[in-house]
Amino acid sequence: MLKLVPRKEPNRAMLYATPFLAVLMTLVAGFLLFTLLGKDPLHAMYLIFVKPLTDFNSVAEMLVKATPLVLIGVGLAIGFRAGVWNIGAEGQFTIGAITGGSVALAAYPEGGPLLLPAMALAGALGGMAWAAIPAFLRTRFNASEILVSLMLVYVATLLLSLLVHGPLRDPDGFNFPESRLFQEDALLPALIPDTRAHWGFVVGLFAVVAAYVYLERMLLGFQVKVLGQAPRAARFAGYSEKKIVWTCFMISGGLAGIAGLFETAGPVGQLVPSLPVGYGFTAIIVAFLGRLHPVGILFAALLMALTYIGGETAQIEMSLPSATTSVFQGMLLFFLLATDVLVNFRLARAGKPAAAAVRPAAPTPAE
Amino acid sequence: MKRAFRMFAALGAALTLALGATAAAQAADPLKVAFVYVGPIGDHGWSYQHDVGRKAVEREFGDKVKVSYVENVSEGPDAERVIAQLAQGGADLIFTTSFGFMNPTIKVASRFPKVKFEHATGFKTAKNVSIYNARFYEGRYIAGIISAKLSKTGTIGYIASFPIPEVVMGINAAYLGAKTVNPDIKIKTIWVSSWFDPGKESDAAKALADQGADVLMQHTDSPAAMKFAEERGIHAFGQASDMAAFGPKAQLTSILDDWNYYYIDRVKAVMDGTWATKDTWDGLKEKMVELAPYGPAVPEDVRTLADATKAKIISGELHPFTGPINKQDGSPWLKAGEKASDKDLLSMNFFVQGVEGSLPK
Amino acid sequence: MDLLLNVLLGVVVAATPLVFASIGELVAEKSGVLNLGVEGMMIVGAIAAFAGTVASGSYVVGILTGALAGAAMAALFGVLTLTLMSNQVACGLALTLFGLGLSALIGQAYSGVSLPQFPRLDIPVLSEIPFVGPLIFGQDALVYLSFALVAAVAWFLTRTRAGLVLRAVGENHDAAHGIGYPVIAIRYLAVMFGGACAGLGGAYLSLVQTPLWVEKMTAGRGWIALALVVFASWRPLRVLGGAYLFGGITIMQLHSQALGLKIDAQILSMLPYIATIVVLVVISRDRVKMKLNAPSCLGKVFYATS
Repeated sequence: MLKLVPRKEPNRAMLYATPFLAVLMTLVAGFLLFTLLGKDPLHAMYLIFVKPLTDFNSVAEMLVKATPLVLIGVGLAIGFRAGVWNIGAEGQFTIGAITGGSVALAAYPEGGPLLLPAMALAGALGGMAWAAIPAFLRTRFNASEILVSLMLVYVATLLLSLLVHGPLRDPDGFNFPESRLFQEDALLPALIPDTRAHWGFVVGLFAVVAAYVYLERMLLGFQVKVLGQAPRAARFAGYSEKKIVWTCFMISGGLAGIAGLFETAGPVGQLVPSLPVGYGFTAIIVAFLGRLHPVGILFAALLMALTYIGGETAQIEMSLPSATTSVFQGMLLFFLLATDVLVNFRLARAGKPAAAAVRPAAPTPAE
Repeated sequence: MKRAFRMFAALGAALTLALGATAAAQAADPLKVAFVYVGPIGDHGWSYQHDVGRKAVEREFGDKVKVSYVENVSEGPDAERVIAQLAQGGADLIFTTSFGFMNPTIKVASRFPKVKFEHATGFKTAKNVSIYNARFYEGRYIAGIISAKLSKTGTIGYIASFPIPEVVMGINAAYLGAKTVNPDIKIKTIWVSSWFDPGKESDAAKALADQGADVLMQHTDSPAAMKFAEERGIHAFGQASDMAAFGPKAQLTSILDDWNYYYIDRVKAVMDGTWATKDTWDGLKEKMVELAPYGPAVPEDVRTLADATKAKIISGELHPFTGPINKQDGSPWLKAGEKASDKDLLSMNFFVQGVEGSLPK
Repeated sequence: MDLLLNVLLGVVVAATPLVFASIGELVAEKSGVLNLGVEGMMIVGAIAAFAGTVASGSYVVGILTGALAGAAMAALFGVLTLTLMSNQVACGLALTLFGLGLSALIGQAYSGVSLPQFPRLDIPVLSEIPFVGPLIFGQDALVYLSFALVAAVAWFLTRTRAGLVLRAVGENHDAAHGIGYPVIAIRYLAVMFGGACAGLGGAYLSLVQTPLWVEKMTAGRGWIALALVVFASWRPLRVLGGAYLFGGITIMQLHSQALGLKIDAQILSMLPYIATIVVLVVISRDRVKMKLNAPSCLGKVFYATS
């Protein structure tokens, strides 16, 4: 019998090796899955993992898809480290798109160099405002932020639908429920010419660096980590839980709001009711895949983006049903999460006395 | 120097040859046709019916076409990428089958001027973008007549998705049709704020039936309401596809979308090189809208009446929106004998007089 | 009177899947495991129950298949979070993604297949009583089962030794382990019970409420079930109340529209979610009481040190 024995400290080699191990396991499982479905497994894998990387446009699209995941994922990771569970980034994303997009629509047809910054600011504030609700209810009334933020996702989606059916509807759009197309100055400039990759990705990179510095160098960032890992010690040291909950929600809400605005002002270029497509939820998985580390999240987001785009390629070229992609993604996530254990634990024969207990570094969603 | 030049020349010749060869190979290649669906093809409604059209294209042209599709494409930011990917992958003709694909289609079309695009239910065209839609309201007008004939309670239940012109038009048409039979007919509408939520559609059907509706119509995509009607022993109209399997006794008829002939025509046009931008809004006449076979509950006289109405619509003798019609608030819309313009219909955002309830804004 | 009766009957149908899913999640959470994959387990339960019924021609077999499929999904979650000690929040979300895909894949063969109406258990004589009869004595077997399950869970958690152990595991797993209880095994059982219940909720959706199979048919009900557990502050009977309140608001929302109330559909659709938040706040306000019910180890990773 094998047994998991805790390591004295996280194994660095495993930290880098496990993602590859997980991908390898996914390849094996995927091989079985595709064979079972009667599709050529090697070709399917090639289409999902390799083909998008060989094509300039697909790489650009990967950046488009990864941008909101990075922005939201980084913000959420800070909260998750502190044990602050913002599950409703999807809602903050939607509200950010509404507030930021409204600025563009209010200014229409005026533009100017200040318009885009104003929109980004409004988007961030919108996301923060929406995130303030669970933060307030948690700190003031002790209401579970997981559920409040989650419920607010539905409210935000319906609010967007309400607004594009009414006040924000395109006056020349035959009453169809979507806003007018934004003016030129309200659109994010392309990062790579002739693709949809936009400067939002650069902002995402900036967020990665900022989050890294914040967590490693700043006092509050340190407090965040301590609160997540040892709440009692944190309380003993006099850290204010209230302050940390608020900080985490404001950071993650603001970033989600900006991500929402980038999505409207970037690839979409208008407010549409179907804007929220689940980035807020996928970003949670991305945050964990990246082991709550900003740089890890960047890679995780790119990997997720790759499987989405590869999945579409496989759908187009092999008529693979879209459900196959989600099953495949689900497996990839399972393996990635499962192999995580090897970072903090090692396999050993059962029966040997275990080493001193080291609590795994992963934080937990309880108070 | 000379040698180098000769080498270049040879290389150039080889390259030309190779290119020529691929071009020739391409000419013999099948026409690549692609479809983009908003829902799963298993929705038994909208996307399902477009996929029936795709299969018709495959049947018609065999190996002269290579057909691909992408399902479950959300109308948000992903749509543009999927469409562009199809265009880049060498598709010659792309059908984008949901309203929300309009702007993405236009954007991609400007980047790929050689590819032909066909967008369903929108209003923007371009040099290489045609639009097509069906006059579902013609079918709903007849459904209104049938329901008024069969309703014992004088109340029709209508499960609606979102207050877009398409849906509002359908409710108005059904009411106007019903009113010709029974001036006191009532239409109760529930907006479920979703195109596809079988549980909620079923609950809404239940709520409508509880409030006295004994004939149900829907502008949502799942067969849940039909299934409910069958159990409750009331009647219902199918949506988009024939839903008789879900309500063999309940289904009166179904307003079918038939895209087959249109898809075949357009593929053929590209093959022949006659494709040009077109704005198609076909109805019963062209058979883009069809009625499924009547259910057993529809008596002979009602069938005759429905068939007669259908014939009149086809011949152009009857337009469902013919004045005098007032708006819900009593303000005049169409004068006696005046027919609604297509533009009016396509931007309809009001109920006609007599329809109950308010239109969500 | 008839309308009221019909409204109430509608509420029962809307609430029952929620009762199943949330009572199961409650047990899992009481043992200290937060499984956010309810939506995924529910939808897999829905297709499994549908497929099982079609294949066997028996509702009993179908319902059991649904419950087993839900439990199997939960076991997968258990392997990841209990044996391999992965993060429960991330695994739960991944489980939902996986479940939605898997169900759609299996379901391809079943789209368009139709089942007869699920039989109601009209209890003789009693179901003839006006109003009360059809409401209380004229439901289908699964509705009665949902009530029985809630009662059984309430009894189990508070009145039995095993229930006490389960709560102890959720309260302080290190102490429970110290006393010699098999923490991991108990949690596996609790999580799988939760999965089986979610599967039953899904089965109710595909066999009774709609009754047909369509992709994504749970449409967010798994998430509502999760909210209801906290809403009920981890008390079984309150889960029942919460589910019926939520079902009630949903149905009332539809009825008020049919009555022609002049409110936007979107605003009405928001009501159930806002109501959940409001009640959540009211219930959570009392920190002491909340602490009394919430399992202290919820979501925490357990590793047996000796």
